[in-house]
Amino acid sequence: MREEIIVRVGAKILTPFIIMFALYVHFHGDYSPGGGFQAGVILAAAFALLALVYGLGAVQRVLPPWFTRLCAALGVVIYGGVGVVTMLLGHNYLGYNALAHDPEHGQHYGILLVELGVLVTVFGVMASVFYLFAGRGRRDS
Amino acid sequence: MGEGAGRVTAHLPILQVVVPLLAAPICAVLRHGRAAAWLAVLASWSVLGIALALLGQVMAGGVISYHIGDWVPPIGIEYRVDIVNAWVLVIVASIGAVVAPYAIASVEHEIAARRIPLFYAAYLLSLSGLLGIAITGDVFNVFVFLEISSLSAYALISLGRPRRALTAAYRYLIMGSVGATFIVIGIGLLYVMTGSLNMADLAELLPGVWDSRTVKVAYGFLGVGICLKLALFPLHLWLPNAYAFAPSPVTAFMASTATKVAVYMLLRFFLSIFGAAFSFEVMALDRILLPLALVAVFSMSLVAIFQVDVKRLLAYSSVAQIGYMILGLSFASVTGLTATLLHLFNHALMKGALFMALGCVVYRIGSVHIDAMAGLGKRMPWTMAAFVVGGLSLVGVPLTVGFISKWYLILGALEKGGLWIAVAVLVLVTSVMALVYVWRVVESAYLREFSGDEGTREAPLSLLAPTWVLVAANVYFGIDAVRTAGVARQAAEVLMAGIGS
Repeated sequence: MREEIIVRVGAKILTPFIIMFALYVHFHGDYSPGGGFQAGVILAAAFALLALVYGLGAVQRVLPPWFTRLCAALGVVIYGGVGVVTMLLGHNYLGYNALAHDPEHGQHYGILLVELGVLVTVFGVMASVFYLFAGRGRRDS
Repeated sequence: MGEGAGRVTAHLPILQVVVPLLAAPICAVLRHGRAAAWLAVLASWSVLGIALALLGQVMAGGVISYHIGDWVPPIGIEYRVDIVNAWVLVIVASIGAVVAPYAIASVEHEIAARRIPLFYAAYLLSLSGLLGIAITGDVFNVFVFLEISSLSAYALISLGRPRRALTAAYRYLIMGSVGATFIVIGIGLLYVMTGSLNMADLAELLPGVWDSRTVKVAYGFLGVGICLKLALFPLHLWLPNAYAFAPSPVTAFMASTATKVAVYMLLRFFLSIFGAAFSFEVMALDRILLPLALVAVFSMSLVAIFQVDVKRLLAYSSVAQIGYMILGLSFASVTGLTATLLHLFNHALMKGALFMALGCVVYRIGSVHIDAMAGLGKRMPWTMAAFVVGGLSLVGVPLTVGFISKWYLILGALEKGGLWIAVAVLVLVTSVMALVYVWRVVESAYLREFSGDEGTREAPLSLLAPTWVLVAANVYFGIDAVRTAGVARQAAEVLMAGIGS
């Protein structure tokens, strides 16, 4: 597909919107359908689209495999870390009320942060899995 | 400082799961295998400390309830520790604490260097999953932790050196997923009928809907699903290959913890949530489990006798031993349940010691074929001595933990009288069968000539020390069983009485 100009330009134009949409799905996740998991998959799909059109090598220069693996681990640490922070602030594990003076805001920040952890991990895992499958057989050749 | 310590003890239930859960991703990004290994050891030891502290708290002050996110149950997720799961937590955590340092040398020998940090990540995830199943008081949370522990277990098994480890792991994945699906269907049906996922709440609501067919179907789904996980005959087919081809520390860890936690799930669902009265009087659980348990013990011991791969031999023996645990449950009495709960701990000790001794053998001669082990008694005296003590414990010789388990099993059978005497006799007969398969290995190791590499030496201390810790535990708790039997009996009484009391 590297020679198809419409596909190349189309993918280029769409990519930022896909990433924006992923962030929308994440930040609006507590009021409407969506959340970290869906956002992570959409974000990874943006890079999968680029890889399909411009080739795996071009994408891996921007988003190296070690980084996607780091993301996969980092998200879990973010999620668990929020719980640890609320514990240090004197509440129970994942007691979001600890995060702000107003409990309603605390709940809001808490769920966003936790879902951010989910987003990062899901994005990392999805991109890593895509890299593994897309890169199969390349090392031998 | 005192207040700070008090606040930490209040959070012990969640820390039990969070410590290994957070150590796992850190292990995954570490480049250096040794660093990941020591982090895993540190995490495993603190997990054991927490588990012992929880058991102490429960024995002193009764049930602990921890509300995640400050949401009050039954709406929020509750971690609920009573003597039953405190006991299971101690079993899992002790094995984890012994296997982690053992893994360092063993894994460097059996797994490619670049995969070692990932090995420890998967190991810690599996540990936290198993601990999570044991500690939570929420049935959907059980399913989530079951998936965490199972998925990481599949990955751990697939790391085994033989290529067949991949097919073994795949087979376990298929069977395990069927089991997990059945469990979640069962949980879903319970939710439909009661609108609750909290265990204590379910136990209160279920008697009102006992008559409905949905509840009975849920019971069936949960039963089959959990029995797949605990490898009850005839649902055990995934187990022998998975144990035989997994890396040595993985086999030692899984054989001593994963099936034990599944047995705990069975007890928790059927006795605490559905209630002993419903299980034994309405569903006739004892009459279903008794024949399966007897066939498991007898047929699997027989199959074990004819194995030539010693790891696989012990794997079949594990299926037989699970039969003993289910046998105790099928007595439907406090003594029978005491035997089950004791055997959870005792079998973890003996199989842990045996599989770790085999790991030492793999480390030196690369094979656990019964012919390859010929004459090893002189070459690796400490390793084989550990195997012999573990084997004696498996048979149930006095002064070992195996004897204590069988003692309570036979006591339970005699207590019921009548035809149950035959069950007691069968327990004795199968003990002799265990003697036969253990003897085959001992005979090969001590009475035959060594034919392998002349340079074969004793395994390194880093492998022998953890192995002998478990061997010593086999003997110590075999002589002084007052504490273990006391806790097990207390736990059995709690289970028979139901969750509310």
